This record gives sequence, structure tokens and C-alpha cells, in this order.
Amino acid sequence: MPKVTYIDVNGTRRECDVPTGISVMEGAIQNGVDGILAICGGSCACSTCHAYIDEAWMEIVGQPDDIEDSTLDLALERRPNSRLTCQIEVTDALDGLVLRVAQNDG
Amino acid sequence: MSAPPFIVVGGGQAGLQVCDSLRKLGYDGQLVLFAEEPVLPYQRPPLSKKYLGGELAAERLLFRPASHYEKLDIDVRLGVTVTTIDRTRREIECSDGSRLAYARLALATGTRVRQLGCPGAEHPAVLYVRTLADSDALRARLADAQRLVVVGGGFIGLEVAAMARQLGKDVIVLEALERLMARAVSAGISDYYAALHRGHGVDVRLATAVDAIEPAANGVSVLTSHGDRLPADVVVAGIGVVANEEIAAAAGLECRNGIVVDDHARTSDPLIVAAGDCTMHMNGYLGREIRLESVQNAVDQARVAAAAMCDRPERYVQVPWFWSDQYDVKLQIAGIGMPFDECVQRGDVGAGSFSMFYFRGGALCGADSVNRAADHMACRRLLAQGTMITPAEVADEGVDLMQRARG
Repeated sequence: MPKVTYIDVNGTRRECDVPTGISVMEGAIQNGVDGILAICGGSCACSTCHAYIDEAWMEIVGQPDDIEDSTLDLALERRPNSRLTCQIEVTDALDGLVLRVAQNDG
Repeated sequence: MSAPPFIVVGGGQAGLQVCDSLRKLGYDGQLVLFAEEPVLPYQRPPLSKKYLGGELAAERLLFRPASHYEKLDIDVRLGVTVTTIDRTRREIECSDGSRLAYARLALATGTRVRQLGCPGAEHPAVLYVRTLADSDALRARLADAQRLVVVGGGFIGLEVAAMARQLGKDVIVLEALERLMARAVSAGISDYYAALHRGHGVDVRLATAVDAIEPAANGVSVLTSHGDRLPADVVVAGIGVVANEEIAAAAGLECRNGIVVDDHARTSDPLIVAAGDCTMHMNGYLGREIRLESVQNAVDQARVAAAAMCDRPERYVQVPWFWSDQYDVKLQIAGIGMPFDECVQRGDVGAGSFSMFYFRGGALCGADSVNRAADHMACRRLLAQGTMITPAEVADEGVDLMQRARG
């Protein structure tokens, strides 16, 4: 099972086993990672699952599509490595992924 | 003796958010969440979309795993209905006869479906989509069905119709009004969706009501106001919802198509707040009373309600937003556009990517966007900031709306 390391807003690192086929957001929720709210449930409608992808992983994770790109415009403090974690599906290629949770609750 | 708990009635998104926000605000006393359904709080939007189509397992509907409630020390009582609020004794009474005192009470009782009132509507082939159990029942019934009649061309009915078409069913949609989603969107959007569904093979019949449902050899016959008799294996009615306000009304709290609260989510009783679909609330952003059925309202109003419970009142001033997924088309709604004085189109209807922007009294009041998230997000921001923008600017695709919103 791929391992994903979530760093929450307090800087706490958590390496979690996340099954393939679900989203990085769902992996965070299942593991109780603070700060990933996902109020729209993964419909790319709210930007509250915003995270910063570790630079080394950006190429593999890839850039947001148009809808996600627009939705990210609502996020606080968007950066070049910003992604909505509901839009990233966990695959074996993401084993070892590291990301930092953004400020998602105002 | 320890203080009585804060009690939250209602296990939907608003109820969960009240609990989460209370903990975030530092409330560390006892917290009890009553959920009528026998499942932890879950997402309802997929019930008429992906979940209905079998694309999402039930456990993926849960907002949070069981460990979340343990971690936040939330005492969740599943499958228990709160039947009475005794405001004098500051107690609630439950369906199992138990009573529990409260220090503060939050009502997030949600809504229930409006039932079809025509003769024959109680036939078991007539189903609704509100709860997980409803969606499961519909899925099971659809598995052996071919002919579906959807009563009501609103969000739920159309989402069900879209999913049923994707499952290869024959679908007829009956809408009593002259256009689809008439309360929520303008005619331009309604027309686009009528064409979209027809293009996918749905038989959309506007200005058509249901007079009766009669048992037939296989399933039922739906009798329309035009005298047609439509055979169906399954009928799904999506004709709106009714606020669950009865326990509040019985306790003497003011109710008017919802539990009446102010812009701090407070009822007339200082110990009782309410949030979500069940409230007729003073909306600080709109400057008027409204009842909203949405994820946005459930979450944002619940945060305000929790703040009030902690005696740190905040105003509810967030811009309303909604969405609906039908086929591969995403409809996103910002603000409350209806009624409007002026409507301006941006983008290309033919290309299936456009928005209708609405102006009232010269000011932007909302937009409906079809596969055009950038317009939607920009509109939410423009509305939140009260940025002045003209219809001509909005219609000009050379104007970057997000740039304008950023100022």
C-alpha cells in the first residue's frame, strides 16, 4: 500500500498507508490528518482540501486541470505547488508522496 | 456535579460541523450528537449521483471515520430521535424514552422529502432520494427495472435521470412548471439542461403534472395532466423538501417554513441555536430571511451556530453557493440570482461552457456557470467583496473576472 506523508499546519508529520484508488484527501480524512476539511466531499467545489505538494513530487503528481485550477483561486495563499487533494488519486506511483496541508479553515 | 452537555440534534453535515467547530473553539465539556439515522454523518450529494450509480462505496460517503468522534470526544447516539424539547427543564426527550439535560442545544434537524400527494402515490414503486437507505432502495429497484419516470425537474430529479440514463434505463422526466430547475436558475440555463437531457435520450415533458399513479401488471402507470398514461417500473419523486421544525415548533420556538434564527443562528431561546437546511434564517449576506438547502449553508451556518453556543457570536455573511453534476456537466451557482433585472451571458452555449450573470438594482447578484468554474469562483469572490462590476464588463471575455475580483 502506498505511503503518503502528511504534514499538518502545526508541522506534525504523519506517514500513512493509503490504499490505491481513493484520493489523497480521503487518505487524510481516514487517518485523521488535521486541516483537510473537504466540505464538498471531493466534488472540486470548495478548496478546503488544499495542500502544498513537496517540490520533488510535483512532476509526478502533475498540474491541476482547469476546474481545479479555478477552484484553487478561492484558496488562501495559493502557491505554484498548490493542489486540491480530492483531485489526486492515490496510485503506486505516489508511494512516498510528501505534502503539507494548507490553511483551510479561514 | 458537572455541567450538562451541549447537545446537537441532527446527524447531517450541519450537526457534524457544529460539533467540530465547538471543539475548535475550545469547548471542552460534554458533547452529545443525536443522529436519527443508524449511520455516522455522511455526504448526501452523491446519493443522487455517483453513489446511486454504484461508483462509490458506502463507507466513502462518511464525512469522518469513527475514530474522529473518539478523538474529539463526541458522544454520538445513532438511530435515536429527539422527540421533545422541554425548555423549562432544559431537557430533551428521546424516542427511547430517555431524557437528557442540556446546557446549550443546537438544532440541525434538516429536511425530509415532500411526498407526492396524488392518488396512488403510496405505491411501493414510488421512491424518493434523501437518505442513504432511500438511495440503496432505489439502486436495488433500478437493478431490475427498465422504465423510470422522474417526477420533478429540479436538481435531484435531474441528477437521478442522468444517472439512470448512464445505467441504460428509459427515462421520462415530468416537470409541472414550464422549465427545469425553475426556482434556482434562469431560462437560459433551464433550456440548456432540457436540451442536454433530451440529447442523452431523456423524454423531458414540461408543464406536465402527475394526476395519479395506478397499479399495473408490471409496476405502475403514471397518469399525467395531459391525459397520458406512462408505464413505469419505478417512479422517483424529487419535488422538494420540508423543514424538520416540529420539535422546535412544539417547544414554542418560532417556525415559518423552517426554524427561525437570526444572523447569529440564534433562536428566540438564548440557549438554543439552529443551523442548516432546517433554518429560516436572517442571511447577513443577502440582507433578508431565506431557507437554503446546501452544503455551503450547512457548514457556514453551523460554524456561526457553534460560535453562538460559545458566547462568541459571529454574523452569518457568507455568499451562498451550490452545485449539481449531471452527465459530465457541472452546474455551479454563486449567490442568489433570482429574481434579476438583467441577465448577461459570458462564454459559448454551443460549446457547453458558459455562464449567466445576474444583476439586480444595478449590482451583480449571482451567476450560474455551466462547465465554467473560473466564472463561478470569480463571481463568488466578486460577491463576497461587493466589487462593482458592470454587465458590459462581465459579457466581455477579454475582462479577467478573477483579476477584477483581486482588485
